[in-house]
Parts: sequence; C-alpha cells; structure tokens
Amino acid sequence: MILTYIETREKKVKKASLEALSEAKRTAAALGTEAAAVIVGTGLDGPAAELHSRGASRVYCLENAALESYSTQDYAAVLADLTKKLNARAVFFSATAMGKDLAPRLAARLGVGLASDCTRVSAKDGALEFTRPIFAGNALLTFRLTCSPLVASLRPNVFPVAIAAEGAGETIRETVELPAARTRAQVSEIIQEGGAEVDVAEADVVVSGGRGMKGAENFALLREIAELIPRSAIGASRSAVDSGWIGHQHQVGQTGKTVCPNLYLAFGISGAIQHLAGMSCSKVIVAVNKDPDAPIFKAADFGIVGDLFQVVPPLKEELKKLRG
Amino acid sequence: MDILVFVKRVPDTESKIRIRPETNSIIEEGLSFVLSPYDEYAVEEALRIKTAKGGKVVAVTVGREESLVILRKCLAMGTDEAVLIKDPLPETYDGLRTARVIARFVQAKYPEAKLLLFGKQSVGADNSQVPSMVAELLGIGQANVVVKLDIEGDTATALREIEGAQEKVSLTLPAVISAQKGLNEPRYETLKGIMMAKKKEIPIVPIEGLGLKAEELAPCLAVVKMDQPPPRQAGRVVTGEAAETARQLVEFLHNEAKVI
Repeated sequence: MILTYIETREKKVKKASLEALSEAKRTAAALGTEAAAVIVGTGLDGPAAELHSRGASRVYCLENAALESYSTQDYAAVLADLTKKLNARAVFFSATAMGKDLAPRLAARLGVGLASDCTRVSAKDGALEFTRPIFAGNALLTFRLTCSPLVASLRPNVFPVAIAAEGAGETIRETVELPAARTRAQVSEIIQEGGAEVDVAEADVVVSGGRGMKGAENFALLREIAELIPRSAIGASRSAVDSGWIGHQHQVGQTGKTVCPNLYLAFGISGAIQHLAGMSCSKVIVAVNKDPDAPIFKAADFGIVGDLFQVVPPLKEELKKLRG
Repeated sequence: MDILVFVKRVPDTESKIRIRPETNSIIEEGLSFVLSPYDEYAVEEALRIKTAKGGKVVAVTVGREESLVILRKCLAMGTDEAVLIKDPLPETYDGLRTARVIARFVQAKYPEAKLLLFGKQSVGADNSQVPSMVAELLGIGQANVVVKLDIEGDTATALREIEGAQEKVSLTLPAVISAQKGLNEPRYETLKGIMMAKKKEIPIVPIEGLGLKAEELAPCLAVVKMDQPPPRQAGRVVTGEAAETARQLVEFLHNEAKVI
C-alpha cells in the first residue's frame, strides 16, 4: 500500500495533496498495490468526503482532540504508527511548508531516508526511482532509497491531479494515542498575512519584478496585472527584495522559493543563475526587459525587448479585453 | 544557555554548477564555496541570543577538512567555539545519515544544549531534512523556516512561514529551530574577529569515534545518476511598439500557450 498524507487548511483538502495522492495512485498501480489517504486532526468528515469524491477509495482518519492544531512531533508519531500497522510500502507527502516540516520527522521516526521535493517518481523493476532537483534546479539527482518503507515528498504544481469520479469509499476512523516527549512544540495560532493573497509557491501564475522595477511603489503595477489573472501571485528577484522593495516571502530563486507555475511573467528581471534556478520549472516563461542580452531571454518562451513601464499599461488593457 | 549552530559548506549561489557524469557528482574545481546562506541567519540569531541571555555558542559542521574555512568564518562572526565532525564521505544527499551523526554528537558532547539552530536548508542539497530528523532522534520539539524567535526562560515562541501566512509555534527547550531569511540581518566579520578566529583551535571529532554502528553510517540513498536538466528552448522575442508587443503577448498566452 502507498499512503498519502493529506493536508487540510480550514477543513479543505489542499490541491497539492491531491497531486500527491494522484501520483500515489499511479505509482501504486505500477507496483500492483493499493493507494490510501490519511488525514490527521479533528472534524475530518468534510475532508474525508471530499477525498472520496476525488477518487480516494480508502481514507484513514486519525483523530485526537490534541491534534486539532498542528504539532510536527505528534503528527509524525501517529503517522508512523499507522504506517507500521498497515505495513505500508511507501508514504507520500506534498512538499508544502507542512510537508517539508513533517515528512523528515516521520522518516527519522521510521529510521529511513527521505526523498524530498521530488519532481518525478518512476517504478522500475518493482522498485521506485525518485528524481529531484538539486542546486536549486541546476542539476537533477535520480536515486533509490535502500530502506523500507519509502518516504517521499513531491513538489507542488508538478504532478497532475487525476480526478476519478468514484464518489463513495471507505472511511476508517481511529482514535490515536500521543506519545510522551522530552520537550514539545505545537502551533498556537495562524497569522494570516495581508488579505487573501495567494502564496507565490501555490499560484498558477506568478507576476514577478526585478531590479528594473526601480522602486517599491512600482510593484503596484504588477499587482494590477495580477488582479486581472485568477490564482496569481506577486514574485520578486533577490535584488528587488534586498533593495527593500518587497517582502522576502515573495522572493523566487535559490535563496527564496522555487516555483513551478503554469505561467511566470518576469518584468525587469535580468535572469541571474540563482533566479533562473528557482523558476525554470515553470511551464511558460515570459520576460519583459530593456536589455536584449539579458540571460532571462534564453529561458523565456516569449520575450519582449522593451521598457516594462511602456508595456504594462497596454498589457493591462489586453488582459481586460480578454476577460470581457 | 548553550547554543549549538549547525552549518554547512556549499557552492556559492552564483556558481555555474557542472556535473561529472562518471562519478555522479558536481565538479568542484573552480567553484567558490561559502557558508550556506541560511546558516548565516542561524549563526546571527545564536549570537544575538547569547548577547541577551548569556551562555556559549558553538558552531558545528559535518564534512571534510575543507569545511574548516566556514568554521573560521563562524568564529570570526563571534561564535565561542567551532567543531568539525570529520566525515570521510563526500556529499551523500542523505539527510538521515547526517542527522544521526549530529544527534549522536549532541548526546555525547553537549547533552545540556538548550537550542539547536540550523539554516532551513543547505543551499545545494536543498533537502530541508536534517533539522526535523535531529529533533525526532533527540525527542525534542522543532520549528522550521523561522522568521522570528523569542526565548523566555525554558520556553520559546517562533513564527514560521507557511503558504500565505505564519504559524506561531510554542516550544519548550531544548528545541530545534531552523532559520529563514528575514529572521535577522547577519553581521559581517570584523578584522579583529578574523584575526582572533585564525588563532583559535578547532577540535576535530572523527565520525567513527561517535559510536555509531556501520549500518547507521551507511547512506540509505543510492544514486542512480546525476544530470543537467534539459535546457529550455529559447522562444520568440519581439521588439517594437509597446501596445503591439503587449497584444502579441496576450495572443500567444491565450491562443498558443493556452495558459490564460
């Protein structure tokens, strides 16, 4: 069996978890085994029903009032117990903020290695090979894990969601015990950042600005474009962040976030190696830059050599037309 | 309060990475190596906590003797001590092995340490594994990707970044914390610090001396291959009147690429 840990936020299943579950189903089929989902917390009926409608035929719900708010060590402990009980062959996560925090703790508890932030999983001769970008995407590492069970986290926005309309399924509820610990850590509060802005790592479209933006105030232009595109977020190069024009949570690149959106729009970004590394898995890249020799044009599917301040206003008009 | 800060030597982020396919490794010749950028935030935070609360800061790395350079940098920034855990193996990309070494080192040499600081990931391997794994192996709490840390007696509060929000994590010490950009502004080494760092002795602890079993030191990851990602095909580049280029762009995105 391949178990997939499903992350919920405000009782809704995260899209990235559905991607991981879809890949788990494909992988399980290739290995001739089953896939199941596991959720942890309280009040899991809604997410379980949502998972059934998304094609998870079996959903494990691990419940305990103390798991209402996230604690890495407790979540890892109850997941490890279930993994052992089911003798699961593999456990998949999405490499979200929670997945990156939780998967290694589970792996260590099981005494096994972890394939983190994978962009490909392939079944070969009954075993799994994992591929993940290293050096922020400047190289790809393909490897096998020699311990069992296999624990892997999958990069968001890379694996397609396969929606199967099975509808019904089996829910297995378990009230779980929490282990004693030497010291503890638990989330006590979630602090939302300004408004309901989409995070740059989760967005379908990233509208990004670099040194060519010339100042903090000009990021308003990018926000105006983002408002015309659903599920879009604002990104930035390191030099824009280091200049103090925008918060570091927007930074894309080797010392920022790695993003794989459907569309990456780069305004006034020259394309330093460390920036390209963080966005080159984007499906479509567009660059607008005054400098025809900017390295970003080598990576771009569509480039405009021109002044972004001239291009943005008519671009807004064209996008408005499109939205009708 | 004793604070351990775990650091790693990595290629500079501006480096062009080239691969040697015969050995499935990167070509190190010609690369410049630095203290991993996120580790700088961890060192800085350790020094600030020491200033506020007293105690001792020890920088530790697992690696070959080349890594002594980054320990000198930590000393020059102001850590009291630095230790090299000498590992004969080159990069294994296996977080569990490193975590086992570190957890055993802490138990053997610094069982009283209150805080274990790391960068949120090493630049290069990009695994984000070791801090969580060390916390599990030591049975203590953790907060990763931390942008604010407050210590009060035997408890701590950390703000950690998640998608579009921050989680406030309440911890009891000892605990593992991994640093994200934004936690602080790392200091530069002073000339005096650099001179002092040169004179300090850096103890070397051989990995074999930690009492780990051979199977615990064997990587649980077998590399099949390392390659360069396929280069992106350069697309079309247009120039000319702004309104016309904008029109062509939207036409491309909507009708050809079908992404909006």
